[in-house]
Amino acid sequence: MSSITLDSKVPSGPLAEKWDKHRFDMKLVNPANKRKYTVIVVGSGLAGGAAAASLAELGYNVKCFCFQDSPRRAHSIAAQGGINAAKNYQNDGDSVFRLFYDTIKGGDFRSREANVYRLAQVSVNIIDQCVAQGVPFAREYGGLLDNRSFGGAQVSRTFYARGQTGQQLLLGAYSALSRQIGLGNVEMYPRTEMLDLVLIDGHAKGIVVRDLITGEISSHAGDAVALGTGGYGRVFYLSTNAMGCNVTAAYRAHKRGALFANPCYTQIHPTCIPVAGEHQSKLTLMSESLRNDGRVWAPKKKGDNRPANQIPEDERDYYLERKYPSFGNLAPRDISSRSAKEACDDGRGVGEFGRGVYLDFSDAINRLGKNLIKERYGNLFDMYERITAENPYEVPMRIYPASHYTMGGLWVDYNLMSNLPGLHVIGEANFSDHGANRLGASALMQGLADGYFVLPYTIADYLARVGAQNISTDRQEFKDAEQQAREKTQKLLSINGSRTAESFHRELGHIVWENCGMARNETGLKKALQMIPELREQFWRDLKVAGVENSLNQSLESAGRVADFMEFAELLCQDALHREESCGGHFREEYQTDEGEAVRNDDKFTYVAAWEHTGYGKTAELHKEKLEFENVKLATRSYK
Amino acid sequence: MNITLHVWRQKDANDPGAMEVYTAKDVSADSSFLEMLDMVNEDLAQKGIDPIHFDHDCREGICGMCSLVINGVPHGPQAATTACQLHMRSFKDGDAIYIEPFRARAFPVLKDTIVDRTAFDRIMQAGGFISVNTGGAPDANAIPIPKTAADKAMDAAACIGCGACVAACKNGSAMLFVGAKVTQFANLPQGQSEKAARAKAMVAQMDLEGFGNCSNYSECEAVCPKEIKVEVIARMNREFLGATVKSSS
Amino acid sequence: MSSTPTTSPAQSPSSATFISASIGKKVLMAFSGIVALSFVVGHMLGNLQIFLGQERLNAYGESLQSLGAGLWVIRISLLLFFALHIWMGVKLKAENLKARPVRYKFNETVKASISSRTMIWSGTTILAFFVYHILHFTARTTDPRFLQLPLDMAGNYDIYSMIILGFENPVNAAVYIIAVGLLCTHISHGIYSMFQSLGLTSPSCNKTLHRFAHAVALILFLGFSAVPVGVITGALKLPKNPPSNNHLQSAQSLEPISIESGGES
Repeated sequence: MSSITLDSKVPSGPLAEKWDKHRFDMKLVNPANKRKYTVIVVGSGLAGGAAAASLAELGYNVKCFCFQDSPRRAHSIAAQGGINAAKNYQNDGDSVFRLFYDTIKGGDFRSREANVYRLAQVSVNIIDQCVAQGVPFAREYGGLLDNRSFGGAQVSRTFYARGQTGQQLLLGAYSALSRQIGLGNVEMYPRTEMLDLVLIDGHAKGIVVRDLITGEISSHAGDAVALGTGGYGRVFYLSTNAMGCNVTAAYRAHKRGALFANPCYTQIHPTCIPVAGEHQSKLTLMSESLRNDGRVWAPKKKGDNRPANQIPEDERDYYLERKYPSFGNLAPRDISSRSAKEACDDGRGVGEFGRGVYLDFSDAINRLGKNLIKERYGNLFDMYERITAENPYEVPMRIYPASHYTMGGLWVDYNLMSNLPGLHVIGEANFSDHGANRLGASALMQGLADGYFVLPYTIADYLARVGAQNISTDRQEFKDAEQQAREKTQKLLSINGSRTAESFHRELGHIVWENCGMARNETGLKKALQMIPELREQFWRDLKVAGVENSLNQSLESAGRVADFMEFAELLCQDALHREESCGGHFREEYQTDEGEAVRNDDKFTYVAAWEHTGYGKTAELHKEKLEFENVKLATRSYK
Repeated sequence: MNITLHVWRQKDANDPGAMEVYTAKDVSADSSFLEMLDMVNEDLAQKGIDPIHFDHDCREGICGMCSLVINGVPHGPQAATTACQLHMRSFKDGDAIYIEPFRARAFPVLKDTIVDRTAFDRIMQAGGFISVNTGGAPDANAIPIPKTAADKAMDAAACIGCGACVAACKNGSAMLFVGAKVTQFANLPQGQSEKAARAKAMVAQMDLEGFGNCSNYSECEAVCPKEIKVEVIARMNREFLGATVKSSS
Repeated sequence: MSSTPTTSPAQSPSSATFISASIGKKVLMAFSGIVALSFVVGHMLGNLQIFLGQERLNAYGESLQSLGAGLWVIRISLLLFFALHIWMGVKLKAENLKARPVRYKFNETVKASISSRTMIWSGTTILAFFVYHILHFTARTTDPRFLQLPLDMAGNYDIYSMIILGFENPVNAAVYIIAVGLLCTHISHGIYSMFQSLGLTSPSCNKTLHRFAHAVALILFLGFSAVPVGVITGALKLPKNPPSNNHLQSAQSLEPISIESGGES
């Protein structure tokens, strides 16, 4: 129905020279002219915060929006483990190419080579930048930066700040952003939620927002819009995401014409604390670094109810070590997660609900001593004990996979611009760098790469081409979008049914988790595709939102976000159904080897699936961007 | 277990507000404090009553959004724990629990237990940064930083900006929050060139926001979910004094 | 314009003056506190000379009196520091009350010591006692007997007897001990605060500092209380032999107001 052609705009030339060449080829905005442009940045996490600060430093006027009460609270803050960079400080053979290769392979050959290579290239600048900002990375006694191996990497390239790397990096970006706010170069709008994207002549030139304190709906115009609004992991309801994480900004841009790419690539993190009951609102992640010293096992016998300590060694199945001898407990996330699910599906799960496996530190404690373990993981052990009331020094932790990160997102080209001119998408909100599965410690890297070192260059190219337009929010396009946003808000409030948005969200999450979670199959997906519209219909009939429009109203905020998840969930399942192969975080049970390993179908599916919105309740239209691999050979991912 | 809740309800910034009593029935000991409130809110919403508004986001103790005063203590009775990480097993059947907003002039109540903490952001904007632009930073290993200094900086940098220190302080003072940031940068070589200016600018903004003075009660330290120590306040005082002496000489 | 002007925090427009800054006030509080504390320590050492006998104490009093104009300089500077201490204390308290206008319905304290929470009240009480104390032992306007005391053997005013007469009244002794107790709780938090406000603490010495502050306060309390306790228990008695007649001279001829020096008690 439409004539969208997906041009990735990947520069020509050898892989290692593409970014340099492109930077030279791109147009620049004269320094004196930068102040004539306004850039709207939605989201203040690693990508949004870094971009807003960097663009302001360059001289652009920046307006930055976040729904939290402060830009410092964006969910990037919760990342624990670390950030990768190809510094090769440890002299263990790391290089830009190796980081690039690991990321491509980790992503199961479903990402764009040129983007990933650029990511690996700028990774080294990120560390320099963060250290200059005062990020207190872990150091060795000699005063140099410490590294660890993380998430299945065979080199030590992960930089970290205790178990709070995301927090420290975000606070670094936040400090840079704060400085620019203080200087008057960034106008910050906290507690403000984006409700719509405004297009003028097909270009993204503004947004409609709701002030979450007063409830006022208003518009902001700019010369370009950048979305750094994070992932959609809360589509599963239970996830490690923050309660406020949502797909609204991305999905409403999608409804305005931005293509949504690879939504079925969702990452399920293997080491989370299992669900404890119906009341549960979110799942807590335990850093993957725990797998460096913990051994994962499940009982060999089905329904073995004995306490872990009473199960003898020969009745334990250290399944990761058994199945993947060379990577063992450090096997990549998708593989570890699926293996845990298999064990539980097999009736060998532990804990009250049988959805859990053990992560056992007794060997490590015997070998290294309790003190060293405490030094390495003390805060994580404390956190585990606070939540479960079990002491992991005495009994093994129970873990289970949980939705954690989403690789899919709005489609962007090499310039991080979506198919809608002017709309840029950065960080987790875009689809670009992680393919079908993200490696540990790479999310922080990508968010900061986009925000500090990619978008500030590429957005200039767009701005220089279109020129400063000084668009007014008095234009009809803004008035119409505001009116639609108001009507939607009023509609949510006027249904006055019997169920809260939260309860609908819970039910939706259950459907998606069961049918489009760690493992998917045609029957389940088709069932979900039938159930979701039914639930959505019920949502619009039976929703109850307390409170009023023009006030701080958390029920209303939640209802608006759930409404978008209701539509988005269908797109997710549709993508999962269409991708008839298993790759990375997308595991289709029909496509596996006899040993249960994923089977890709490179002949048919070596492409990015970018979906175009065609109307409420209508099937989205597929557009394909063929993935070309010129520098790596497609291989079966093996961690045996 | 069954719990009686005394909750501060306030429609908006202009409403005088009052305590209301609710009951939470059949609460699981394994649920978190906020999940208990979710349950109560689900009930209230069913009855058409505006749910109890409270700030929360990550629910894993790192974003600093949650801001409840539980039985007179910010973040509740468990030390080194945010309200979102507090679990109901810390209470027993039949308990009465008082839930109030953070109280300080610089943190005006917006609704129920939600307060406006943007004063913290403005303090950060006044000087809570190292003035480097993106790009052009030297190699990360160009300046070795002794592990002890890096660790000290990290101890202070662990602050999540929740504001519990202010809420706990009988004077509504923000010294622990500001001291943590000043201390982080004062421990690092990158932060040296601006350290005097930083201390002065951040303290000036802190005072401007209407936070109280430090009486060295150490209540802030006792409730800090990240266990930031009051020595960061001493460090800030030292930096501030040094800055004053330097600029007057 | 390659980029926005790089501004350091120093150029922030809101640079407050030292005294209007909260830390500035705390520093002044600490400095005046140090002066007040030195006085208190000196005062105690002076008092304790009572145990060395009548002559020694009275001679000490006379030596202070002999400073003449110097004594007045000291007295006035001390008063100025006390005034500064009080002024800052009241100002800080007023600001603090304003900074926390709404109290919690459920009031709870986790860590703050009673002494830290009652500084304004202990301070106010000490101030009231201070006034009474000066009238009592320095101006000697509350007890007519003090003005009629004969001079001692050396011809000095008999502070020794004055103190014993003063504390023979158990109410006087009790009020004194209570006041000194409050002073010492004030000091126990004050000493720690002093170091903290001047930035002289560190994680490694914090515990020691708390212990030091408590120890100093305890020593002061014991030192000050020793005198009234000595009188009440009879360890300190009026001299058996009244001074000889040729030294008998009405104390009224002495200068009646002699702050501190004559009233070491």
